[in-house]
Parts: sequence; C-alpha cells; structure tokens
Amino acid sequence: MSEPSPKDPAPAEDAESEPRPGRVRKPIGWSTIIIAVLVAVSAGLVWRRDGADGVLAILTHDLSLFGGILPRVLAGCLLGAFISEILPHERVSRSLGPKSGLMGLLIGTAFGAILPGGPFTAYPVASALLAVGADFGATIAMVVSWTLIGYGRAVAWEIPIMGTDFTLWRIVISLPLPVLAGALGRFVYVRLYPKPFARDDEN
Amino acid sequence: MSAALLIDILLWSSVLGVGLIAFRRGPPVFKASLREGSMDFINIVPRIALGVIGSGYIAAIIPQEVITGWLGPDSGWLGVASAVIAGAATPGGPVIGFSIGTVALKSGGGVPQVVAYVVAWALFAFQRVILWEIPFMPARFVWFRCAVSVPFPFVAAAIAMVIGKP
Repeated sequence: MSEPSPKDPAPAEDAESEPRPGRVRKPIGWSTIIIAVLVAVSAGLVWRRDGADGVLAILTHDLSLFGGILPRVLAGCLLGAFISEILPHERVSRSLGPKSGLMGLLIGTAFGAILPGGPFTAYPVASALLAVGADFGATIAMVVSWTLIGYGRAVAWEIPIMGTDFTLWRIVISLPLPVLAGALGRFVYVRLYPKPFARDDEN
Repeated sequence: MSAALLIDILLWSSVLGVGLIAFRRGPPVFKASLREGSMDFINIVPRIALGVIGSGYIAAIIPQEVITGWLGPDSGWLGVASAVIAGAATPGGPVIGFSIGTVALKSGGGVPQVVAYVVAWALFAFQRVILWEIPFMPARFVWFRCAVSVPFPFVAAAIAMVIGKP
C-alpha cells in the first residue's frame, strides 16, 4: 500500500512552479471570520423571525445565485493570472508605477472603464496589476473607474433599473473622479510610506 | 438578461484573448498561469460561497425601508452625508442598491443626494468590500482605497448641484 504506483502521474511538475513575487494567498483571515459571524447572526435572526422555511428559502435562492456566479469567478481568476503573466513588468511599473504621473492615472482609469465583467474580474486584475508594478494611485484609479464608469454594471443593472438618462448623466458626473481619487491616493501614499521612493532615488 | 449574456461573452473572449497571448509566449508560461489562476479560484471559492450564500441573510435583516429612511427628505449637505452612509450600509447586490435609488428619486429625494447615494454605494457598499475586494486584494490597499475615496460622493453631489438635473 505504501508502494508508490509507477502508473501515477509524476508530481514533479510542481518543482517548476516558482512563486511569483507579490502574489500572496491569504489563508482564512479575519475578514472571513467577520463575514461568517455576520452571516451566522443574520441567519439566526431570520430563523427566529421566519422559521426554518425562511432560512431554507434564502438558502436555495442564494445557492442558485452562487452556481451562476461560479464560472465568472473562474474567468476572473484566469484573466488575472494571464494578465500578470503576459504584462511586461518594467513597462507596467513605468506606465502605471509611482512615477507615471497623470498619464498613469489616465491609463488606470481607461483600463478600469473597459474591463469586462464584475467584481469577479475587477479585483483579481487589480491585484495582478499591483503585483507587476502598478502603484496604489494607478490601481485606485482603475478600481474606482471600474466601479463608477465601467459599462458592465451600468448596462446590466443601472440602465434597466434607474433609466438611461440618469445613468448617463451620473456617469458624466463621475468621469473626473477616478483620476482625482488616484491622485489623492498617490499624494497621501507618498506621505504615509516615503521609504520605497527614497531607496529608488539612491540608484 | 441578454446584457448579462453579452457580458459573459465579452468576459470569456477576454480570457481567451489573453490566454492565447500567454500560449504564444510558450506552453510553460501558459500552463503556469493556468495553474496560478485555478489555484486562485480554488482558494477564493469558499469565501465567495460564504459571502454569496450568506448575503441573503444579511439583506433579510437589514430591510430596505431602513436604508430608504436615510435617503429622507433632508436636502442639502446633511442629506448628502446621510445618503453616503446609506450607500455604504446598503446590503445585497446592484438590484437592491439601484432600486433604493429609484425609489428615492420617485418619492421626491433630491438629485444630488441620490447621486451621492449611488456613488457611495458603488465605492463603499460594505458587502462588496468584504465579500469581493478584501479576499482578492491586499487588505492594506482596500482600507487605503476606501479612505481616499471618502470625499468623492460629496464631489459628485457638488457637481450635480452645479450642472443640474439630467
């Protein structure tokens, strides 16, 4: 039984999977615990109010929701992994790094606006950008742009529910916000964590 | 629902596109990122499951009327501030968020306040931050991003006040 079967596929390939820098998989962390507690308390309150039927009704509804989301989460994870693999790191840190200036914020904004999908793509891709050399400012511009002027949620939800006029008008108002948020982020970040920049200047 | 299908098609074509670029860099690159992406997926699924399946319960105990109450008749900057809090506290997904915005508009809520609500919801909705942003991003980034985003629902409301209604 302890004899390794020669027919088993060799697990040797694992040796070549060197960990990429900056990509840390967090174990079950405090945020998971907070959600678990929140969910447990909420489910308990629902149970007291509506009984087991109420708990079950929500569970079946959310399970089907979960089933629908799952493939998109996979797509988002693959997108993030491919992007961090194919983007040239020096180019990214030059065009989205701390010294990329207004142009970097604009690129981040444009990237967030055209990114397809929902949170299941935006956050893995943003995380990949951070890992390959984008700074907080450009990544903030990207995330804020995705959430405020990205077309995905607007087309799927906001236009049907709030109407085209309100949505387009709201997006126009939001246009300057990603760049401003990224600029503010960069401004604050440099003053909060000045060290990496000092080392950069020494070279 | 056709919009959702369109987005799915766009999403998977993007995956295919970048996958193809990775494949042309050589099969090892392709295989490495495929494995990386799958591992991310496997690691994230339990947390997504907890969040998605649990969010129904959280939404069920924070009734929409409570949130709508925050978007009350108070116009002006106090109204904007309470709209921002309401946006951050709104449970559930986009349907609930935008429906509350629509109800507020129809029941006489001020346009700048509703804009502030929608923008704050997009930036801070606690459920999206906890469920999606924190699992995928470094926690330090998430808090930083939220902190520097705080002024912007107010900026959006100010722009709305200046340029007027849609």
